[in-house]
This record gives sequence, C-alpha cells and structure tokens, in this order.
Amino acid sequence: MKTAVIVFPGSNCDRDIAVALESVTGTAPTMVWHRDTDLPDDIALVAVPGGFSYGDYLRSGAIAARSPVMRAVVDAAGKGLPVLGICNGFQILTEAGLLPGALMRNRGLSFVCRDVALSVGETQSAFTSGYRPGDTIRVPVAHHDGNYVADDATLDRLEGEGQVAFRYAEQVNGSARDIAGLVNAGGNVLGMMPHPERRIETAHGGRDGRALFEGLLARVGA
Amino acid sequence: MKLRIVVTLKNGVLDPQGKAIEHALASLGFAGVGEARVGKLIELDVADGTDDETIDAMCRKLLANTVIENYRVERA
Repeated sequence: MKTAVIVFPGSNCDRDIAVALESVTGTAPTMVWHRDTDLPDDIALVAVPGGFSYGDYLRSGAIAARSPVMRAVVDAAGKGLPVLGICNGFQILTEAGLLPGALMRNRGLSFVCRDVALSVGETQSAFTSGYRPGDTIRVPVAHHDGNYVADDATLDRLEGEGQVAFRYAEQVNGSARDIAGLVNAGGNVLGMMPHPERRIETAHGGRDGRALFEGLLARVGA
Repeated sequence: MKLRIVVTLKNGVLDPQGKAIEHALASLGFAGVGEARVGKLIELDVADGTDDETIDAMCRKLLANTVIENYRVERA
C-alpha cells in the first residue's frame, strides 16, 4: 500500500513516521518535498510529520501551511484522502484550515517531553478504528505549543459531532477540554500532538501507537 | 511605504507568556502591575500605493492567525 510523507525544512519526525509506515504497510512511503506541487498517485495516506518546520517562525506551522505542497494536501483532503498530522503536523493542519482551532504555548510554558496517557474518543473515523472508545494508550509527547484553543461553540461542535479522537488522561499542556487529537467533519483528517509513530515496536517501549496505523490501513485498504 | 502590523491575542485567550511576565515583574518588587499580554510587531516595507485590501489580505492570510489573534495596521 502506497503512502507519502511531506518533508519541510525543519521536519525531524519524518523518518520516524516513514519507519512506522513501512513497518505497518510493508512499503516505504514516498517522501515529498515541500516545494513539490503534486502528491504521488494512488496513495492511501499522506502524513505531515512532527518537527520545527521553518524554525517555528511567525507561529508554529504558519509558514509550512502556506508552502506549495500544502495546496495539494488541502485539495486531496477535500477529495477524502486520509491526512495524518502529528505534532508540528497538527499545527500545520490547523494553520492550513483543515482542522479548526489553534495550538498555543503550553500553559506551563515548558517544553513537555514525556510519555502521557491518552483516552481514545468516540469517532466514526478510520483513524481510531483500531481502538475501542475509552481505551487508554500511552504514547510520548514532545512539544512546546500543544495547548489546544478554540471558541466554545467550536469545542461543543467537536464534542457533539464525535470529532475528538484523543484526550489527555492527565494534565499535559492546558488544552481546552483535554483535547490531544481531533478529526475533521469528514473523519479523513486527523491532527494530534502525541506521537503514535514512536510506539510501533516493543523496542520503542510499547506498541500502543501501532493500532492507529493498522486500523486506518485496514479500513482504507479494504 | 513602511507599515507596522501589530498582532495581539484576542481577549479571553490565555497568554502563558503574559502570565510569566506578570509574575516576574511582581518578583522584582513592582507593585500594581495588572495583566500583561504579549503580542508581535511586524515592520513591513511595501510598495507605495499598496491598497488597504491587499494589506488586509496579507494580515488575514499569514501575519495573524485570526482564530486567536487580532491585528491592526499602523502607517509610519
């Protein structure tokens, strides 16, 4: 199964997600440079990786969201292609308008880098189909700007429409309603601050992230 | 034409950096400091005659994230 990973100047989890995707799909993803204007044909998923694209200049993800390749990603998302944004990728997807809200400086001001417990939300999305709602998983976070902010009407809509994919099960960064990851209304775009791609093999300290990829690819590959 | 774009956080958006500044000023012994809010100042040199609509589009499309920020344009 073919997948693609976008690479920006300053991405640093692009190899992590590439290894995870190859491990789950058996095929190495195509790495797509930010200046490219097209995505490869016949891909089942495009991933926007973590890192510090453009040095977090202006706002985290702001410059990357306006890069040429993101126009192709936005178009493809509109046609239903699954898009996964992790950490800086989540920030980029909000800046690109694919997901509502914004990610601000952590409430405690510190960069947070540790394993955290997440509770899986109740969504119709393929991204959470490898878990059961209410499952608790442990995956790492590593971010400075992970404090999810949106107005109350947006937060109510996200909760009411089953778009909250993951919540922090402990205090991490001050995110509104403990939101750690959310999907768009169509369920084909997921943004999340924690790193499931770093919990794929037992040697990583756990495999709690693997079900996200297996669930998604089982659904889209079927 | 020189512009100063002032980007500020909307009311009600928690500003952790502002809070840290409040606490630091208090710890330096400055009494009577209320709320501190941190924003950005972007100085832009644009071609003479650039219209307001274009400048506004620059702010909306890139310079400010209107989910959390307000902006205003000052002409030097």
